[in-house]
Amino acid sequence: MMRNAIIAASVAILSSGAAVAQEISSSQIERGRYLAIASNCVSCHTDIENDGIPWAGGRELDTPFGVIITPNITFDDETGIGRYTRDDFWRAMHEGIRRDGAQLYPAFPYPYFTRMPRQDVDAIYEYLRTIEPIRSDVVPEAELAAPFQVREAVRGWKLLNFDQGVFEPDLEKSDEWNRGAYLVRGPGHCAACHTEKTLTGGDAAGEDLRGGVLENWHAPNIRGGEHGGIADWSEDDIVDYLGTGRAAHTMAMSRMGEVVEFSTQHLREDDLRAIAVYLKDLDDEERQVEAGPDDDAMRIGAWLYFDNCAACHRSDGGGVDHIFARLDGSNKVNSEDPTTIIRITLEGARAHPTERWPHGLAMPAFSWKLTDEQIADVLNYVRHAWGNNARLIDASEVADLREYLTE
Amino acid sequence: MKTERLTRRSLITHALSAGTALALYPTLLSAREYRGGDAPPWSPNVADQPYYGTEYGQFFTPAERRAADALTARIIPTDESGPGAREADVVIFIDRQLAGFYGRGQRWYMRGPFPDPLETQGYQSEHTPAGLWRHGLAALDAHCRETHDGRDFVDLSEQEQDAVLKAMDEEEIEFETVSAKQFFDFAKEMTIEGYFCDPVYGGNRDMAGWRYVGFPGARYDYRDFIHHNGAPVELPPVGLLGAPYWTR
Amino acid sequence: MADRRSPVDVVLVGFGWTAALMAQELTEEGLEVLALERGGWRDTGTDFPTTHAPDELRYYWRHDMFLETARETQTFRNNRHQIALPIRRWGSYLPGVGVGGAGVHWNGQTFRFLPSDFVAKTHNEERYGPLPEEMTVQDYGVTYDELEPHFDWFEKICGISGKAGNIRGDIVEGGNPFEGWRSDEYPNPPLEMTFAQHRFEAAANGMGLHPFPAPAANMSRGYTNPLGVQLAPCTYCGFCEKFGCGNFSKSSPQTTIIPVLMKKPNFTVRTHCEVMQVLKDRNGERATGVTYMDAHGKLWEQPAELVILCGYQLSNTRLMMLSGIGEIYNPRTGEGLVGKNYTYQVMSGVDIFYEEEFTNEFIGAGSLGMVVDDYNGDNFDHSGLGFIGGAYIASWTTHQRPIESHPTPEGTPGWGLEWKRAMRKNFLKHTSLSIHGASMAHRENYLDLDPNYTDQWGRPLMRMTFDFTENDRRLSDYITPIAEEIARNMGGREVNVSQFTDDNYDIKPYQTTHNTGGTIMGQTPADSVVNRYLQSWELPNLFIMGAGVFPQNAGYNPTDTVAALTLWSARAIRGQYLRNPGPLVQA
Repeated sequence: MMRNAIIAASVAILSSGAAVAQEISSSQIERGRYLAIASNCVSCHTDIENDGIPWAGGRELDTPFGVIITPNITFDDETGIGRYTRDDFWRAMHEGIRRDGAQLYPAFPYPYFTRMPRQDVDAIYEYLRTIEPIRSDVVPEAELAAPFQVREAVRGWKLLNFDQGVFEPDLEKSDEWNRGAYLVRGPGHCAACHTEKTLTGGDAAGEDLRGGVLENWHAPNIRGGEHGGIADWSEDDIVDYLGTGRAAHTMAMSRMGEVVEFSTQHLREDDLRAIAVYLKDLDDEERQVEAGPDDDAMRIGAWLYFDNCAACHRSDGGGVDHIFARLDGSNKVNSEDPTTIIRITLEGARAHPTERWPHGLAMPAFSWKLTDEQIADVLNYVRHAWGNNARLIDASEVADLREYLTE
Repeated sequence: MKTERLTRRSLITHALSAGTALALYPTLLSAREYRGGDAPPWSPNVADQPYYGTEYGQFFTPAERRAADALTARIIPTDESGPGAREADVVIFIDRQLAGFYGRGQRWYMRGPFPDPLETQGYQSEHTPAGLWRHGLAALDAHCRETHDGRDFVDLSEQEQDAVLKAMDEEEIEFETVSAKQFFDFAKEMTIEGYFCDPVYGGNRDMAGWRYVGFPGARYDYRDFIHHNGAPVELPPVGLLGAPYWTR
Repeated sequence: MADRRSPVDVVLVGFGWTAALMAQELTEEGLEVLALERGGWRDTGTDFPTTHAPDELRYYWRHDMFLETARETQTFRNNRHQIALPIRRWGSYLPGVGVGGAGVHWNGQTFRFLPSDFVAKTHNEERYGPLPEEMTVQDYGVTYDELEPHFDWFEKICGISGKAGNIRGDIVEGGNPFEGWRSDEYPNPPLEMTFAQHRFEAAANGMGLHPFPAPAANMSRGYTNPLGVQLAPCTYCGFCEKFGCGNFSKSSPQTTIIPVLMKKPNFTVRTHCEVMQVLKDRNGERATGVTYMDAHGKLWEQPAELVILCGYQLSNTRLMMLSGIGEIYNPRTGEGLVGKNYTYQVMSGVDIFYEEEFTNEFIGAGSLGMVVDDYNGDNFDHSGLGFIGGAYIASWTTHQRPIESHPTPEGTPGWGLEWKRAMRKNFLKHTSLSIHGASMAHRENYLDLDPNYTDQWGRPLMRMTFDFTENDRRLSDYITPIAEEIARNMGGREVNVSQFTDDNYDIKPYQTTHNTGGTIMGQTPADSVVNRYLQSWELPNLFIMGAGVFPQNAGYNPTDTVAALTLWSARAIRGQYLRNPGPLVQA
């Protein structure tokens, strides 16, 4: 439906004829549409949980500082950005400053959109202008923890964390690499989830794309070079995953499923390949080997795995190509931070349906069936079986997440 | 309900809503409309987990419990070869079942009239399962008191009990309020259910019944054992809520 | 007075296999399609995942998967000189309910009828002379050749695991040499056979029979179907028939069609809506829609241009009767067609008990088996035998769930110590052969409305008058001994035979959920309720799906043929009816 809405909006403008200034050419709009998809604006700016109208805002984002509600970015004069000029829009995207001069909270990922050059931002502006203006409810002011309830405090945040500036290509790298770097660092804003944040919410130094936690989901390490989280992914795997929602050995779920659904599955293959080339060039430090469970725990974990998991993930952890994730060598399984794997064991998960793979194969919830100790035991088994290695999980980590999920 | 402008909206997945509690899944949802346009609905942390909403001790009177215990213990007796109905807590299972929807015959067509059926026409009685047991046990005790110097069924010797049950099974005894044969068949059926059901329902305690016959329980993957070629496959039984070896 | 809903192009009664297939086809034409399902939404991950699906008590014995008799049942008698009484507890058959219908909990045994099955009357009379008058056997009005592409499509949608025996006339080693010609191999290789099948195969081969692996809607490997929907490999869990599949390895509407169907904005399903009646216009020439009761007890009228009955055979037939469409069959006069030619399945079995070897039948899948078809259909010479039709003989290893199956040899007491010990001794060392026979139509086996019993809304229950016929008994008596001989060559300690045809048809023990007939298809309105496109002769915008259209039942599970007929009908609607609404066949 989102996709249909996006297509419908652009078709509407191309066929309506009237009311659009002559100087906006359809190629500019198409360019803007594509960049808006790459930036995945629609996903945050639509109240997906409540069946909201696309682009009209209203979605609640759970940030470490409190809840922010996304604004309406259709060109409605009163409730949207109808009064924004191109310069206003540029200031918002590039500097993080609202039309009225107020600071924008970096929940809007302008620290990454700042990499986008003026021309690209202008194109997005033209595209947004073609969307049917929607009159929405006025977005209430965000309820954030001190000191951030005062927008001016963001100035200070920016001093620490905001590296304003357009993307600069690395002249020693290929065009393809640079295109990938631009997409990852700019519109794709991958680091917004995949990089750990400091206490003040900026990107932690030295943790670039090595994984991060947001809204109680862990987005894993996506460095694809030696020792990186996706070191054993091929370029094709990355292209498949972003382009269709699945690689042979894993699938996008939850938040990343959303990214695939609204953004990456609509990008051109050469762009996806550029992203893949870039990511594969990011190596990482060698990881230390973590101690495993004692023999008793490993034996119990093995039985738990066989009784509960093998029917889909196979007794050898091999999964089923494009159907059930392979756990042997899984990036999520081997992540230091186990939030995602604990979470999906407790509440289940669904392979996000995409154009290419419409079947939302679901893993069931185990919260009613397994205790915290049993979940810790089976996950510790999986994290040390076959070729896997990651730190031990304690039952209390499971308990904490269980409590969060039942709130 | 949705406002007019949203009625054509597709049903968007709720895959992204954080932290819905794992509530008791309602087994009868109200009428709902599912419109095409997006993926079928799915929510995290929702499961139609096993649930039979009765506790032990809500149905049988103490006398009934004794009679039921004695009866089921003759259907599957205890012996050196292994546990019987008693060890498997079959009476607990039956008590819980009869106190709930099954006892009420809630899912059965129970409108009358109830003429005597042909052999081929199946269960025909105005009694629900709960009624059948209640009347059946009472009639059994009444019969025993009449024919065995005032003793209830539970006070008969095992041989005497077996003789009475055999007579019920072979339709040599009749009761007034219920069919003795029908009650016997039903009692046997529920004894077997209670001996072999998943322990979550109160019977098959510690998976005694499964262990006795060698059934590996609620398993889901036997691919490693397909080519057993006639050799035994030894897997400890596991239930829906696990097995002792799942915990230290 | 019912409130009116907005009209739709197509209303489907029920949302199981036939509705999913029909909806997928008709939505492609841009039609607004609405399915009304009396049960609830069901989804693998939530309703029958691996975490709680293997629950024998709940899903089989407490009927969690099935229609409640309290909601709809039939009354039953063996012949019309008896009084029919309600089926209060399911026994002989288990109707489904809910999204996906019985497609969620079937075994997955997926056989095509033979070419000769579709012309049972013509073919058999040509070969063996006129049939007895009371055998109201008829031709289907459609040929196997016409249905072949639709069988093929359904099998590919499902990912059937099997081995073809006849590809465009070439007999292929390892498959069923008797099957009707196929245009293509099966989309997946056969399942891996276990101990019992190996013994059966050897025994059958030794007798000069032609064993082949059963075509299974249980996946032998991961599979993506032509619609892009995926199924996973079967894990032989032994909780197949009567249970939903927790790991997507059984073909069902949910695992083959629904994920893509639900992407279409022109498709809607309303759950917990019980269709009460099909409505006709004042002249009784067109259907105008249906009425239905929602879960709140409110009655609605749903207008539609096209009404398609996609419920189970029993419900569809009853709905025709309650709606007053066509005349209900009367065996005394022979008049009326709705309810006529009710047929079922003629079953018998051979139990085999081993002394040393472990059969481990709990390692099973719904359609894990080896089959011989040498005695099915007209695959053998019936001269002088006094019956037509046949049966397949199969060594199935589908399950060993203890409440349902705790076999003991003949002569064992029914309860007590000796029985308990015999249960234990034989539990892991038993297997059985199944003889799955055709059920020929008979003028005394029929359905009509019961005069005494009603449902919760005061509507009469449907009455089933059925018993095994002479044809059934002779068929079973002839073929069962052959199965017995195979069984004796499988190396066990002892063999027990049981035939349902030894007694009157009994509603208590489970046999099959293959109820057929009642809304039969044919070539003229004088002898059928629907034409060869499953279109009602009486109301051209009413179509009836399901096995109710079979004039008689063949010696195979019906689903593959039901699906092929549905697709055949759907293509006729798309290709001809929509261009020119009206009768597709001139009466």
